[in-house]
Amino acid sequence: MTAELLWRTREPAPSYDAVVVGSGGHGLATAYYLARDHGITNVAVLERGWLAGGNMARNTQIIRSNYLWEASAGIYEHALGLWEDLENDLGRDVEFSQRGVLNLAHTTHDVRESVRRVNANRLNGIDAEWLSPEEVKKLVPIINISPELRYPVMGATYQPRAGIADHDEVAWAYAAAADRLGVHLIEGCEVTGFQRSGDTITGVHTSRGPISTGKVALCAAGHTSVLLDTLGLRLPLQSHPLQALVTQLLEPVIDTVVMSNTVHVYVSQVEKGELVLGAGIDSYNGYGRRGSFSTIEHEIAAAIALYPVFAHAHLLRTWAGVVDVAPDASPIIGLTPFNGLYVNCGWGTGGYKATPGAGHVFADTVANDRPHPLAEPYALERFTTGALIDEHGAAAVAH
Amino acid sequence: MLLIPCPWCGPRDEAEFGYGGQARVAYPEDPWALDDAAWAEYLFVRDNPEGWFAERWFHRAGCRRWCDVMRDTATNRIAGSGPTGAELPEVTR
Ligand SMILES: Cc1cc2nc3c(=O)[nH]c(=O)nc-3n(C[C@H](O)[C@H](O)[C@H](O)COP(=O)(O)OP(=O)(O)OC[C@H]3O[C@@H](n4cnc5c(N)ncnc54)[C@H](O)[C@@H]3O)c2cc1C
Ligand SMILES: [Zn+2]
Repeated sequence: MTAELLWRTREPAPSYDAVVVGSGGHGLATAYYLARDHGITNVAVLERGWLAGGNMARNTQIIRSNYLWEASAGIYEHALGLWEDLENDLGRDVEFSQRGVLNLAHTTHDVRESVRRVNANRLNGIDAEWLSPEEVKKLVPIINISPELRYPVMGATYQPRAGIADHDEVAWAYAAAADRLGVHLIEGCEVTGFQRSGDTITGVHTSRGPISTGKVALCAAGHTSVLLDTLGLRLPLQSHPLQALVTQLLEPVIDTVVMSNTVHVYVSQVEKGELVLGAGIDSYNGYGRRGSFSTIEHEIAAAIALYPVFAHAHLLRTWAGVVDVAPDASPIIGLTPFNGLYVNCGWGTGGYKATPGAGHVFADTVANDRPHPLAEPYALERFTTGALIDEHGAAAVAH
Repeated sequence: MLLIPCPWCGPRDEAEFGYGGQARVAYPEDPWALDDAAWAEYLFVRDNPEGWFAERWFHRAGCRRWCDVMRDTATNRIAGSGPTGAELPEVTR
């Protein structure tokens, strides 16, 4: 039996109507919607490594839309709506599992912020509930709700429609669907710079020669600054290592997703049985795809305090991705000072959940050369006007 | 794990330090002269190189002083450190 290939291997053509840089989930989704919704099928997705080998392969797969601000609620809920129909739309199983996400509160400030966020979510039509510690314990029997903890569980927000999906399956499903529509997926092809005529971008330079195009859609995540440096365009982004880890396979012990920003650990158990744990970024800038043990130590200490049975688990492996963080912990989507150059970046630690939504609004932005209404608040100009979307500062949401 | 050479205490574990981002970003000399774009640049935009980076670390659990460190963000190699504003080793970019 020969395995069915999901996408064809292509040689780069000399020119395309649009070039997408980076084949993470965002790049693949952008190409798919460009082809499906806007009839732009003469598209190449250029990937310097292997398809979806960046953050798309490294994230902890958490999907939710319980953000505080209206701009965030708009785009993340748009994405969640698309997730709910994704398997149907792409024609492949992506192991989308709406097992619910809890965000724990550990201080009185957390409690106030969380209840406020539940109310804001409901006003935006997003499912959200506030749970007492006893209600948390019912959903997560292994959790320690003793008031003796340094940071006791004082309650949690709960979004039942939230959950996880298999990141590799999602990438492959988008890749296969884009390939069927004629998009060229080209691996091992690094974009090294841009061709321009004045302020208009006319193509890209790559490790496999120049390619001309009228539209360049950047989906390079952590490496966005490196690429834009070649144009002298400085964006408010800092690239940091973000780590995750998995344990050996275990019997099912937790069937929902539990996040905690204050002690910074989040956990879910995938179908196979591995516990998948994540935490915050390492503090310093880094492109090395490895982080520090101090972050892992903190995360594991918090995990064991909250879930004492985890003390028996063996750590199987740890890894890191490179995430691009903006000062207001919100993405940048839109036009740039260069005609024909569009950016989708700054998703930092939280862009996986946005994959379908980001691809959808970014494709619309690129095709029509103006921001999609849901992307408008995310323009680069917000740093000059001061209209920040400060999810970090205001909502203290773990991203 | 980084081993950061504090100019006063010697090499210490990264866990003793706080990170301060890019070194030598001076407060604007004449703040009134800045327009919104220049303020945005000062407040929000920093270098983000894949390679050598002059950055600040605060020795929180040691001498409680800031120092400047030259570190390669791709390899985590550290070329040297010094008191804030002092000469750092020359590195090829
Ligand atoms: C450990 C970890 C855990 C995370 N957990 C979650 C989570 O639970 N939920 C969530 O919502 N988000 C999470 N994220 C964040 C999420 O993974 C990212 O925000 C999201 O994947 C970014 O979009 P992307 O998928 O397109 O990026 P990537 O998959 O990183 O895609 C960018 C691609 O561009 C390529 N590229 C870069 N430069 C060039 C170039 N010059 N030429 C060609 N190609 C180039 C890269 O090789 C890469 O494949 C996590 C991230 C990490 C690292
Ligand atoms: Zn010191």
